[in-house]
Amino acid sequence: MRALALRALLALACAAAAALAHAAPKVEDTMAQRMQACTGCHGAQGRAASDGYHPRIAGKPAGYLYQQLLGFRDGRRHYGLMNNLLAPLSDDYLREIAEHFAGLDLPYPPPQPAVAGAAVLARGEALVRHGDAGLRIPACAQCHGAALMGVVPAVPALLGMPRDYLNAQLGAWRTGSRHAAAPDCMAQVAQQLAPADITALTQWLASQPVPAGAKPAASLPAPMPLACGGIARRSPP
Amino acid sequence: MRHWLARGAFALAALAVLLAAAVGWLNRLDEAPLAAAAVTAATAAPASAELIARGAYLARAGNCRGCHTATGGVPYAGGRGVPTPFGTVYAPNLTPDPATGLGAWSAAEFWRALHNGRSRDGRLLYPAFPYPNYTRITRADSDALHAFLQSLPPLVQPNPPHALAFPFDQQAALAVWRALYFRPERAETDPARSAEWNRGAYLVEGLGHCNACHASRNALGAASSTLDLAGGLIPVQNWYAPSLTSADEASVAGWETPHIVALLRSGVSARGAVAGPMGEVVGGSTQHLTEPDLNAMAAYLKALPQTPAAPTPREPPVAPAANGPGGKLYAQHCAQCHGEQGEGVAGIYPALAGSRAVTMKVSANLVHIVLEGGFPPSTAANPRPYGMPPFTTVLSTEDVAQLLTHVRGSWGNRGAPVSALEVTKYRGEK
Repeated sequence: MRALALRALLALACAAAAALAHAAPKVEDTMAQRMQACTGCHGAQGRAASDGYHPRIAGKPAGYLYQQLLGFRDGRRHYGLMNNLLAPLSDDYLREIAEHFAGLDLPYPPPQPAVAGAAVLARGEALVRHGDAGLRIPACAQCHGAALMGVVPAVPALLGMPRDYLNAQLGAWRTGSRHAAAPDCMAQVAQQLAPADITALTQWLASQPVPAGAKPAASLPAPMPLACGGIARRSPP
Repeated sequence: MRHWLARGAFALAALAVLLAAAVGWLNRLDEAPLAAAAVTAATAAPASAELIARGAYLARAGNCRGCHTATGGVPYAGGRGVPTPFGTVYAPNLTPDPATGLGAWSAAEFWRALHNGRSRDGRLLYPAFPYPNYTRITRADSDALHAFLQSLPPLVQPNPPHALAFPFDQQAALAVWRALYFRPERAETDPARSAEWNRGAYLVEGLGHCNACHASRNALGAASSTLDLAGGLIPVQNWYAPSLTSADEASVAGWETPHIVALLRSGVSARGAVAGPMGEVVGGSTQHLTEPDLNAMAAYLKALPQTPAAPTPREPPVAPAANGPGGKLYAQHCAQCHGEQGEGVAGIYPALAGSRAVTMKVSANLVHIVLEGGFPPSTAANPRPYGMPPFTTVLSTEDVAQLLTHVRGSWGNRGAPVSALEVTKYRGEK
């Protein structure tokens, strides 16, 4: 009898504990929990927001993400919310944040349908794959990889990004409000791009599907055409 | 008739001369003639490693680097603008470059800048450089700071000119301001108090310049005294530095010392977390201070004379309904971390129920935190802080007002409602 009463009591205590646990916030000692500050804008787990602007950060190369975090904290990139959020964080923590998001392997959303004619899209694809020697514009694929999914550790993917975000970044480089560590190769490229060419590029890029299981490339087949400060060079120029 | 006019004019002129002389005299109080200090920067003996190390520590205690470093810039090379209601004052280059930094400054000239607010060339300095506090720094500490700054790698970086509106850009206006509001002072030991309290007073009132933020300022930007820690809205930034003397705000008189020390050292404690400009103070300054110094600051802050608590309203405000618009926003956006009853998670997500930061009169900080989100600083004791997302892209001004009204009036909280107008006001410049 006493055993039964004890059991009943125990069951009751368990139920009470379960009810309490349900009411209290479920907080884990994980990076995902710490990064709740990011996923509000960048979408669940950083897989891109539904607003068509805040970019995907999941699965980008860690070196690239780290450089961007440093850039926002140290004033080379300007976006008030990011500048404020990152201001109090250490280099070590920013590196851990970059590695956390780089390590996520999540499916990509479907691409945005293009809203441009066939000629514009053809121009965009030509610039991406071959560049324009006459205008001294290298092909995007020369640095971002033939699959345009970036190259480890520091070159980002060009596919799977919202068109508005791509436009904003190329525009910011062109007008000098976005900077990378010197030499700022993307600033050089963007300054060669006419507004119509930026439209062509971003219309084509944002409308391409990301192949299932696509990842940043391990290496590039040939040296990059420009020196980029955000990427540690293997040998002096 | 002409006789009287001439007399009147003469009297006015005499009065003007007298006033100018008084202003001039008040601006020269407690200034030792520099000629007496024969040692110049060039002839000074090299500083000892101990002196430099002590100076480095004191520079942390004063968070010199915080203002004297541009975002992403070389530490102590200046260039950061301090926004004021009168314009922007740029913190200058403190590295020992002779042309653009402090390379040519002697220890005596450096002391005069801290103690008297006067630059090497004799010009008066703007009190955005908190010499109304630094005037209390001892000469020995000033010399250590000087030695440390002179030991930094020199960087050629010209100082941007201040961007101040007329007449605030005039030395004469500054001289009048100083005659009204600035007197050189010396830190005095209060023999009736413990050595720990006295050390705390020295750090809080002097180097720490806590009341540069934690005091209200008059229309000309002056705080009533360096002892005033009764809270104030930081101009332009629109963050409210809460009163350290009021139990309704941020007084720590009732806190246990380890909680105060933990907050200053790590940015988080069982009693709450730092945010906004105080995160900068913890990250750049107090996390680096020794245990005895943090204990001393805590002892001083605990012993501050308390302002009486605001009278409890006769009729308590009606608690907002949990299923009202603010309650629904809370359940959707906030409860996941701060808990359905505002209970929070100790050391990670601050409790909102019973929080003075939530209920205090000025709602500015709540508006900032909801709109901008934030992390406490990465510190040695809390290197991987948990963060809060910004809601400015999700919540309208009206939403923020309803949400904050809900949080300030629920779970036993008795804070006044927040209007959309208030949210708009504090949204401010950023």
